[in-house]
Amino acid sequence: MSDMIETPVSDASDTGGETTRMNMIQAINSAMDIMMERDPDVIVMGEDVGYFGGVFRATAGLQAKHGKTRVFDTPITECGIIGVAVGMGAYGLRPVPEIQFADYIYPALDQLVSEAARLRYRSAGEFTSPITVRSPFGGGIFGGQTHSQSPEGLFTHMSGIKTVIPSTPYDAKGLLIAAIEDNDPTLFFEPKRIYNGPFDGYWDRPSQNWSKHPAGEVPTGYYKIELGKAKIVREGQALTILAYGTMVHVCTAVVAEAGIDAEIVDLRTLVPLDIETIEASVKKTGRCMIVHEATRTSGFGAELSAIVQERCFYHLEAPIERVTGFDTPYPHSLEWAYFPGPVRIGEALKKIMKDA
Amino acid sequence: MTMASEHPRANLQPLTLHIPEPKFRPGDAVDFAEVDVPPAGEARRPDTADKASDFTDLAYTLVRVLDDDGNAVGPWDPKLSPDVLRRMLRSMALLRAFDERMFRAQRQGKTSFYMKALGEEAVAVAAAYALDYEDMCFPSYRQQGLLIARGWSLVDMMNQIYSNTADRLGGKQLPIMYSVKEAGFFSISGNLTTQYPQAVGWAMASAAKGDTRIAATWCGEGSTAEGDFHSACTFAAVYRAPVIFNVVNNQWAISSFSGFAGAEATTFAARAVGYGIAGLRVDGNDALAVYAATQWAAERARTNQGPTLIEHFTYRAEGHSTSDDPGQYRSEGEPNAWPLGDPIKRLKDHLIAIGEWDDARHAAQDKELAEQVKAAQKEAEKNGILGHGLHQPLESLFDGVFEELPWHLKEQRQQMLDEESASGRPWDRKA
Repeated sequence: MSDMIETPVSDASDTGGETTRMNMIQAINSAMDIMMERDPDVIVMGEDVGYFGGVFRATAGLQAKHGKTRVFDTPITECGIIGVAVGMGAYGLRPVPEIQFADYIYPALDQLVSEAARLRYRSAGEFTSPITVRSPFGGGIFGGQTHSQSPEGLFTHMSGIKTVIPSTPYDAKGLLIAAIEDNDPTLFFEPKRIYNGPFDGYWDRPSQNWSKHPAGEVPTGYYKIELGKAKIVREGQALTILAYGTMVHVCTAVVAEAGIDAEIVDLRTLVPLDIETIEASVKKTGRCMIVHEATRTSGFGAELSAIVQERCFYHLEAPIERVTGFDTPYPHSLEWAYFPGPVRIGEALKKIMKDA
Repeated sequence: MTMASEHPRANLQPLTLHIPEPKFRPGDAVDFAEVDVPPAGEARRPDTADKASDFTDLAYTLVRVLDDDGNAVGPWDPKLSPDVLRRMLRSMALLRAFDERMFRAQRQGKTSFYMKALGEEAVAVAAAYALDYEDMCFPSYRQQGLLIARGWSLVDMMNQIYSNTADRLGGKQLPIMYSVKEAGFFSISGNLTTQYPQAVGWAMASAAKGDTRIAATWCGEGSTAEGDFHSACTFAAVYRAPVIFNVVNNQWAISSFSGFAGAEATTFAARAVGYGIAGLRVDGNDALAVYAATQWAAERARTNQGPTLIEHFTYRAEGHSTSDDPGQYRSEGEPNAWPLGDPIKRLKDHLIAIGEWDDARHAAQDKELAEQVKAAQKEAEKNGILGHGLHQPLESLFDGVFEELPWHLKEQRQQMLDEESASGRPWDRKA
């Protein structure tokens, strides 16, 4: 299944030199390290990110290397973290704040939506918010309702902010570098279930790690992956699957087991969306399935479904399928009943392919 | 629902919920005798290097310099030259004249919205004089006095108020939500107190870069209840950020009196005590006290002593905005009964008392300023007024959402242009 993923160096604007094995956390750490070396205005802050190096170790070693005024711990106030980052951005810095879990981002909502996302517009470009908010998101780690949510749909709904979600170490590094260099505020959601390996959705099987996956081979130097560009991780003719984050790998596994010739599109950036890749794929296959972990109603899948219907209706041979989490709080013990795993995706595959 | 009398704990004293209520409502006679106004000159002035915990008493009194006879007294007297005093007076009077004219312009239908600073002119103007021009201000919506004191163009401000062809903000912001980077004036947000943590971030960046500039920010007493206020205080205390927090306690947050932000229990300057940052409570209608407190706080910030929170005790003599009618919720007798008087009259009386000003000059100045504002208005209106024609290119609606326009916004922009054609009633582009 994972060998279907193309060698990713082809979409890099700079090859990044020598490569080595990295998991997604190491790749993210490397991106920040490189950007701090290249740009003295890049600073990293957040709860536990300094001396300790972050609860997921994403900032390990950065304070020792770049100093305490560039990598520091913050008080536990997400509103304050983002508000301070906006002020630093207005000064001319390029902050990379971490929100420890996406579930904790809500106290920062006003600063993200009304401030960071609107500053360029309301000041006619006098002030901007070149900030990149990193935050681990998504489930699959028995994190319960406060360490598992996927709130990306809240932000894709808000004008003025970009939303990026990587699915491999290689992409994570290249996309994070691009996000940090971007002059607009960007939310960088990290699917924490795949920090260590490409989870296939079979929670009862042994977990894999990135060391055996081609996208775990990551250049040690600088390279970036343009925001707003999706990646076709598996070419196919039977149907198009639109996914991002952890779900890319779950879909890849399910498709391989089902023996269906699906085309799997990893969106990578939700806003701005790569409409050309989506449209070309759906028009080619005539079927579209959308998969995300987040709750269903008003989720990003609803937007994708609408947009595919608007643009590809006369090419569709079956109704669009949406596979999502349920509209409940994220459960703890019943996590795998909630999670859109192989069974839910498999059933949807049968449904969409039934008249094929 | 179980009634209290049927409840198994009915023998215990019932709880009561306290809902704050202001002293006076419409029709009530006003007597502010309960407002504690200590004599001018009484508050001590600590050294700027002193520890915040050594002068917490200053959060519970009022720093006052101008006494009832127009004399500047006590250790906080900033001893400004008559020339600076006259310039400050002029800025305050200009602010009042500007407000008067623009308020009337809104009533004449020339714009949608306006907010006056009547009675609070000293708060922003005196602070602007005490700060360096390069220091960065993160104002709320009632500190237009900063721009006026910094000599910013009245025509430019009016262009923004009218959202006209010369509005640098391209008609994207509500009137008076200025943004003037060149004058160290951050883009105003309509969401309350969001500027507080931003000012801290700016100040932290300045410190991290070894810069010498400091930040100052303002909010009303009502919006100290926002989480942003407390996040900002925590951050500023933790990193000893070179920032000045100003809380403009003008007694009213639209129709909610200061009791709904906690004023029945303590002062707003006392918020500083819990955070371990310097706190001062200042007579906000005393331009010299505001100047002295700001200068003192700026010196602390510049010498890495960290933040200061200044409560400016003042009174909002006008409605919240042109959309508000204060006669519906407070006594009309309040503004005139306010025990701290009119900030312009108090500074004027001081200049007269020291023999550097007189009533005739003041009257002449008022007339001159009214003419200056009128001329600026005439100039600004050449660029159009709100609602009279399309002042910005239709396409500009989409400018600035992102640095570069993504495809979906390009599509929506085209849709808008197609709608214009389809309507058969093209937008009036004559402007």
